[in-house]
Amino acid sequence: MIAVVDYGMGNLRSVDKGLQKVGRKTLVTRNPEEILECQGVVLPGVGAFKDCMRNLKKYGLVDCLYRFIESGRPLLGICLGLQLLFTESEEFGRQKGLNLIRGRVTRFPLLKGLKVPHMGWNTIKKRKESPLFSSIKDGSYFYFVHSYYVIPEDEDVIATTTHHGVEFTSSVWKENIFACQFHPEKSQKLGLEILKKFGELSEKGC
Amino acid sequence: MLAKRIIPCLDVKDGRVVKGINFIALRDAGDPVENAKTYEEQGADELVFLDITASWEHRRIIREVVEKTAGQVFMPLTVGGGIRNLEDIRFLLKAGADKVSINTAAVKDPSFVVRAAEKFGSQCIVVAIDVKRVRKTDELNSNIPSWEVYIYGGRKATGIDALSWAKRMEASGTGEILLTSMDRDGTKRGYDIELTKTFCDALSIPVIASGGAGNMEHILEVFTLAKAQAALAASIFHYQEYSIPQVKEYLKKRGVNVRI
Repeated sequence: MIAVVDYGMGNLRSVDKGLQKVGRKTLVTRNPEEILECQGVVLPGVGAFKDCMRNLKKYGLVDCLYRFIESGRPLLGICLGLQLLFTESEEFGRQKGLNLIRGRVTRFPLLKGLKVPHMGWNTIKKRKESPLFSSIKDGSYFYFVHSYYVIPEDEDVIATTTHHGVEFTSSVWKENIFACQFHPEKSQKLGLEILKKFGELSEKGC
Repeated sequence: MLAKRIIPCLDVKDGRVVKGINFIALRDAGDPVENAKTYEEQGADELVFLDITASWEHRRIIREVVEKTAGQVFMPLTVGGGIRNLEDIRFLLKAGADKVSINTAAVKDPSFVVRAAEKFGSQCIVVAIDVKRVRKTDELNSNIPSWEVYIYGGRKATGIDALSWAKRMEASGTGEILLTSMDRDGTKRGYDIELTKTFCDALSIPVIASGGAGNMEHILEVFTLAKAQAALAASIFHYQEYSIPQVKEYLKKRGVNVRI
């Protein structure tokens, strides 16, 4: 069973259906006890960083996520769910994140001709081999929609990078924490491939 | 590098596609989910549903359509038509839409877009602007291109200058502009390049060009000359004049970065 954390932020239906499509049982929930019983957790998220953190706290999910990570089971953060894992974000002043990965979240620079939000299909470049990307080739397209991106302190956590005005971190892997800036649940076949790999990791353990 | 997007648009009335893909229409009289699946197989980059249901039941019907589609199609889905308040947006996002497109309601109450972007994030708010060219001359009698905003599906002129409106919507937090030339819509004479380029140059958010696509060259032009981030088209795909892979191959050969 994989928990899709429902903390009132955005469209959970696609990620839920995506996991089911690749053969996983899912539970859309904000109940910490239920989450802690699952084999894997997906932390989605769209909207504003501050609202997401506030809701995680409001539903008592922060400790739950720490405990889940400590247990060694895999977590997949998607989009804002990636950004929330970091130390702090510069979105609307400084906002503290979960600090599971050291680093900050910053906005795309103002460059002439550079459209922000970064919206649409862009390619990834692998920085290291990671279990979720084992069958994905360099130059594969994934669907992005975001105005902020993460800068990890420790570059070893970077799994892939993507170019949009700047070369930014488009996915990370640190022990049992996996997270991507793009939306696998919106990236057709290759996106489902990533969800499938995450489902396998949840079943086998990482 | 970010790819240029090809976005088919489907008109949905009473839960059925009104302008469908030809061969699908033969098999099934325009089921939106079947149409969406076909476009996904063809490699469309996103999909837009425009709900033109007039009955009071329209919210329930479009919700069912979105729920079924989002359960089977794994690409971004935008839904527009008749969105009046935050509850309408919540309703559609919960059903599985990724973005909503707002048109008339934004003109009637511009603060609605501010509230919507704050509540749900800029990434899911698209402002659709339907425009018609107006003739204007300055003191030197030279032509200044300008466009006027129309609402209620193009039936009512507003007197609002479209470029100022788009800039205001950008400042209000909309994530994207869907720009439709009413002069070109349905004509198959090509996108209004001057219009699209003016808006793309002036805005820092992405612009989806719409209205007038009749062949592959038109799509090439709107990317290379007008620098649009995405091209929306309806009839050229629905009636199988061109398939999406065919258009993408054509663009790629001519140096446009598309996802194949």
